[in-house]
Amino acid sequence: MAVATRETLIKALRRAGEAGTPVRLRGGRTKLHWAANRGEPELELSTAGLDRVLEHNVGDLTAVLEAGVPLAAAQATFAAEGQMLSLDPPDDGATIGGVVASGDSGPLRSRYGGVRDLIVGIKVALSDGTVAKAGGKVIKNVAGYDLAKLFAGSLGTLGAILEVTVRLHPLPPATATAAGGSRDPALVARAARELSHAPLEQLGLDVRWGGGDGAVLSRFGGATAREQAEAAARVLANAGVEAEIVEDDDAIWRVQREGQRSPEWAIARVSARQTDLPDLFAATDRLGARLVGRASLGLCWLKLEGRGPEEADAAIEELRRDYTVTILDAPPGLRADHWGPIDPEARALMRRVRERFDPAGVCNPGAAP
Amino acid sequence: MDGGVASTKPDLGPLVAEWRAALGDEHVVTHEHELRTYESDGLLQYAVTPGAVLLPGSTEDVQAVVRSCHRAGIPWVARGAGSGLSGGATPVADGVLIGLNRMRRILEVDLDNQRVVVEPGVTNVAVSQAVGPSHFYPPDPSSQIVCTIGGNVAENSGGAHCFKYGFTTNYVTGLELVLPDGEVAQVGGKELDPPGYDMVGAFVGSEGTLAIATKIWLRVVPKPEAVRTLVAFFESPTQAGEVVSEIVSGGIVPGAIEMMDNLSIRAAEEYSGAGYPPDAGAALVVELDGSEAECATRFEQVVEICERAGAGSIRVARDETEREVIWKARKAAFAAMGRVAPNYYVQDSVIPRTRLAEVLGRIEELAREYDVRVANVFHAGDGNLHPLVCYDGRKEGEAERAEECAGMIVKACVDAGGSITGEHGVGVDKKRYMPEMFSDEDLGTFQRLRCAFDPDQRANPGKVMPTPRLCGEVPGPYRRHPLEQAGLAERF
Repeated sequence: MAVATRETLIKALRRAGEAGTPVRLRGGRTKLHWAANRGEPELELSTAGLDRVLEHNVGDLTAVLEAGVPLAAAQATFAAEGQMLSLDPPDDGATIGGVVASGDSGPLRSRYGGVRDLIVGIKVALSDGTVAKAGGKVIKNVAGYDLAKLFAGSLGTLGAILEVTVRLHPLPPATATAAGGSRDPALVARAARELSHAPLEQLGLDVRWGGGDGAVLSRFGGATAREQAEAAARVLANAGVEAEIVEDDDAIWRVQREGQRSPEWAIARVSARQTDLPDLFAATDRLGARLVGRASLGLCWLKLEGRGPEEADAAIEELRRDYTVTILDAPPGLRADHWGPIDPEARALMRRVRERFDPAGVCNPGAAP
Repeated sequence: MDGGVASTKPDLGPLVAEWRAALGDEHVVTHEHELRTYESDGLLQYAVTPGAVLLPGSTEDVQAVVRSCHRAGIPWVARGAGSGLSGGATPVADGVLIGLNRMRRILEVDLDNQRVVVEPGVTNVAVSQAVGPSHFYPPDPSSQIVCTIGGNVAENSGGAHCFKYGFTTNYVTGLELVLPDGEVAQVGGKELDPPGYDMVGAFVGSEGTLAIATKIWLRVVPKPEAVRTLVAFFESPTQAGEVVSEIVSGGIVPGAIEMMDNLSIRAAEEYSGAGYPPDAGAALVVELDGSEAECATRFEQVVEICERAGAGSIRVARDETEREVIWKARKAAFAAMGRVAPNYYVQDSVIPRTRLAEVLGRIEELAREYDVRVANVFHAGDGNLHPLVCYDGRKEGEAERAEECAGMIVKACVDAGGSITGEHGVGVDKKRYMPEMFSDEDLGTFQRLRCAFDPDQRANPGKVMPTPRLCGEVPGPYRRHPLEQAGLAERF
């Protein structure tokens, strides 16, 4: 169903709360096959009608967006003024509300942080009819609790996001990537480590590994993008990886982003540390998987290629012995939980938070931690 | 029990022995004159003598103290260095103050993973020292030599470099929390995107009202290759403000960009002798950092922008010593204000940067109207103003006039689309302004988070929220009001 207005959405959510009807918010339909969204809710509410860019404050580098605005549309608006929202998750059709609710991120995270770091204000509707905002419209503000961060990544389990205020950055006038490949996982890991600690301002620092082949990608933006990429190439060469400089580099990074999604195989997001990379490469080989990762952040995405649901479940169980693993794409038949184990006291606290925000327990209950 | 000197408030009496047994005699403060040293934080206008001061040395100690308070129904206030500027660590008279300064161990420096794990009493500057010279910890509040990481977490502290680098909240990856019922929970850790809600994000900036952080995981970053600093002088803050806009709209993100007006220049110059011309209408400190190549190119652009805008003079730091001299005046601005007036209110409002000229004009008007002097020092990149409203507390009525003027300045900033506080926190000082920014429904929604952590509201009561609110039981599913059911009323 398409919801025409903000008012009908608020009302429908309240009615669902009253009736105890489980409800799921739907943005661009790009994450419906995630493990968190298993099962059909009784009611689905679309944010398609909330599609206005309410403010683009060019001089202040901020914008206020309704939840249903497609991220790509927002980016086009910002790009027209030489600006960008520094979020580049893989799904082109995703809405800003969906990106915030899923806490999804792409290669730009290495430089600018994730959703939590770029959202400065939020307006939400709760299942008891409350409509409230937190944060503000300025990039620096410590008045009140930071509920925008609480809602970022909450998968619609606390309430509905109506609008968000985000911080923007200048669109780099040019970009260039130092791209180095190697068939030696130890070399790839070492080169990534050197770049993670180099005094360079990288727009992105990614690795990939799989099928006995890997790469390190170090991207720069700015007035001197190429010179900076050349400096990175020297770091790579010193680490034993020859690199080329690619100035028309969008395609390279699109491939990285695509590695975070799969229409047919399970995707396991691993919250690791920088120093885990060599072990993760080994695990990738052992599981016959493909890995893309943000080297300096320790965040990796493993695509469990060619694994049926049972095998994938076994692989996830193995990964969860050593790492914190969140399951994104989940093919039919996969049983693994989206979140995996959580510290019991922390989980109890999260449940108390949820009880306060959604006492009726109707907001996407299947995805609640 | 307490050395024979009657000093504890009667209701805490029975617990004192228990605390002494748990923490050791010397870590339980009950003498009236010693308690007085804790009566205020950095905002001296607010002073309350706490019932007792407890100085735990470990998570277990904090847990024991909080648990006993939970059992006995005693409110508590956590405190770091007490350098806060919003009265956030003002004690409560019938409660205890929990001082965390003894917990000042750096537990782990994991440079390979760019993480440092600290206890809450570690000072801000100690973190950068522990990871230098290759790395640093970006949030750098002016009080960084004394202020603690625990306090920074509570306030979500910023500093001069946060326009580019972000705030405390962008650098905390994990917390060990002692919850108000005495349970310990770990949220986050060294890794990003831990499972479940972002409890770290929800906690940072909660001003001590949710729990006590007893262990903090911080992210540190490689130090930039190059730093270039200049100070340019202009006829007016408005002119300097236009330069800021031009720099930012040119796609340049300075590491720091700080402005001072004439009154603060004169005060700071007298105090620091940094060589700022005392007749300048505004001083603009611009610092770029990053790669050598990018810094050099961008720095030339900044110099050009300043020249084109008609800067009276531009001083470029040729080395680290000259850079320090430039910063000396800016950093001395608050302390120097003592030479202009015996007392002052520091405000911490934020405005959208594009409204600078208009808001500065309004501040000038207000200063005239209330017959007070207002000096302006601010983080120009992110629009965080620190107007210093000067007064002489010995003169009849001046303090009241200054306070009223400060309040009107806050209102002007909120009206311009800004915030009542950018980095100092709400505390007790600004809670009365919260309704300027937030509706009753907004405040009620904040309260939901509070109640999830602290249903009895024993953690730092009387702060942040403008009026006390009860938590009550978790409500059941929403029921329609009979009027609504009858179709006589609608609720949106």
